[in-house]
Amino acid sequence: MPDRLLEVSDLSTHFFTHAGVVKAVNGVSFTLDRGKTLGIVGESGSGKTVAALSIMRLVPDPPGKVVAGSVYLKDRDLLALDDDDMREVRGNDIAMIFQDPMTSLNPVFKVGTQIAETIVQHQGKSKDEAWDMAVELLDKVGIPDAKQRVTQYPFEFSGGMRQRAMIAMAISCNPDILIADEPTTALDVTIQAQIIDVVTEMQAQYDSGVIVITHDLGVVAQMADDVMVMYGGRTVEYGPVDEVFYNPHQPYTWGLLGSLPRLDESEKQRLTPIKGQPPNLLLLPNGCPFSGRCPYEMPVCSKEFPELEIVGPGHGVHCWIPIDKRYEIRESLPRFIGGHAS
Amino acid sequence: MSILEVTDLKKHFPIKTGVLKRTTGHVYAVDGVSFSIEEGETLGLVGESGCGKSTAARVILRLLPATDGSVIFDGIDVNAASRTTLQRLRRDMQIVFQDPYASLNPRMKVSDIVGEPLRIHQIGTAAERKKQVMSLLETVGLTAEHAERYPHEFSGGQRQRIGVARALALNPRLIICDEPVSALDVSIQAQMINLLEDLQDQLKLTYLFIAHDLSVVKHISDRVAVMYLGKVVEVADSATLYVRPQHPYTEALLSAVPIPDPETERSRRRIILEGDVPSPANPPSGCVFHPRCPRMQPDPCTIEMPPLESTGGDAGSHHIVACYFPSRYAAGDAGRPGGDGPRPGQDTAPA
Repeated sequence: MPDRLLEVSDLSTHFFTHAGVVKAVNGVSFTLDRGKTLGIVGESGSGKTVAALSIMRLVPDPPGKVVAGSVYLKDRDLLALDDDDMREVRGNDIAMIFQDPMTSLNPVFKVGTQIAETIVQHQGKSKDEAWDMAVELLDKVGIPDAKQRVTQYPFEFSGGMRQRAMIAMAISCNPDILIADEPTTALDVTIQAQIIDVVTEMQAQYDSGVIVITHDLGVVAQMADDVMVMYGGRTVEYGPVDEVFYNPHQPYTWGLLGSLPRLDESEKQRLTPIKGQPPNLLLLPNGCPFSGRCPYEMPVCSKEFPELEIVGPGHGVHCWIPIDKRYEIRESLPRFIGGHAS
Repeated sequence: MSILEVTDLKKHFPIKTGVLKRTTGHVYAVDGVSFSIEEGETLGLVGESGCGKSTAARVILRLLPATDGSVIFDGIDVNAASRTTLQRLRRDMQIVFQDPYASLNPRMKVSDIVGEPLRIHQIGTAAERKKQVMSLLETVGLTAEHAERYPHEFSGGQRQRIGVARALALNPRLIICDEPVSALDVSIQAQMINLLEDLQDQLKLTYLFIAHDLSVVKHISDRVAVMYLGKVVEVADSATLYVRPQHPYTEALLSAVPIPDPETERSRRRIILEGDVPSPANPPSGCVFHPRCPRMQPDPCTIEMPPLESTGGDAGSHHIVACYFPSRYAAGDAGRPGGDGPRPGQDTAPA
């Protein structure tokens, strides 16, 4: 029986701007179990970060507002909590690491002070105890000479070390859920490998649930158990990684997989990019957000968003194309990479 | 016949301190880079941030003066070229920059941006130039109606197309692409890569393709040069480099790139390098990679930088590496040592 940590249903977050309403997240549902990793992939503007911020209730209001849906952390509805209770949840139950570790650390405080602050705030420890814990945590995330390093300022840390410090801060209160928003995008690939290693290790140690938000399908393949593919504020496909990579049903997922050059490709194959430009979020169609770029578009696509269709174990897709036709199209794709695992 | 020959290229930036601006040290941004590019070929240049890739590109084009070393383009020494020779050379050597938001003047219309090189080099009459601009826009997948707009009206991918059209304006032979797709989303990145490949076929272009994304570089390049801390540490055919990397840094770099295939990812072994890239202002003695190298021996690694040379083997002279202890592969062995990752072409998934 999986230990369900998080259940998000039908979440919608809109931004009310002068130019109009931006439906950044539009009816998104997903779950997260203890010890599991959920990958949220999508391109810029697909709503993946706003989805995470909505869970944390960190969407700037105004202009943003969660307009519908529920977010259950075990049996508590986070959207119904008052601000004080929510502050307790952040850090204690859910912690988040951000993409840019330079802007998320305060440049005028020592790294140790910043980590200790979290511990004093959430665990009621004394300053000295918290400081010792900060040293321990930095050591745990693999920063050498942790005792010296805690007394330094963020500018004295390299990008990889700053991200480690962020992870130390995030795990300081032993949260059930760790949300990592593009944790490695600003880092070089060898440093990325180190950071992914640290996150995976911490997850194993604390048995926490991890949500990793990324645009890199490689990172998803490496880290995630389940994956949610987002486009224009909507979930277009959702399921276990193997299902989504080897049995993808949504034309956008096909497009993403076909767009990627692969390091392990033995013969050079021409990429099959997705045509057109990313959507204007102010002018999204009422129906499927991918209509307009989708090569298999039908008249109904831009009018109404399709219901969830279950196509495999835990594998759901939103697409109007009939399933037989989907298999047929997929067979004919010139550069379809999935399909070799059953 | 090589169109570009770079030999032992160096670029050191002085570090100045105090009121008197005395030089107290140097940043060794590019410190001994050598490679050559054949006509019609794509050479990929990869490395992590700060390894000197972009500086190398700028020095090759003489947008920055070289500290030492030579750049020979089509038999002409770029560093020694006079003003007039240089202006002629610039018609043949163009660059596409990484950031499509910073590399286009926001106050200029697209037609002026793309037509500027033609105007500077006084090619054709105004009417001819206008016609040429339209045809360039069409070549990169934009339309004539885009010509009268300003850069802010375009998405990142479209801006990068404008940058390419500008680079193509003078009908160059060599284009240096400095991270041309790094700022773009995956789906747009693929459009750009295909466009660059098509242009190469149509116009017989030669590319120096600089990027930090190994998957992209391997896809587009015929040969790849790997840089670390201002130096080239390995050069090989792109297929060979992936299957038979010889330098420990190349091996670590390759193993760190996530592959969008869950089965493959589960079976791969990653080489995790310790620590960070050292500062180019204070590079380590001997081999620049020795503080992070798993194969390091105090003698000779910490004493002298190994030369970039062929290690023999069936890959022949195409595969050169700067390492005292390069990985060796048996003649018939097509795979990487230690079962590190799957071999290309092999299906690793269960039936």
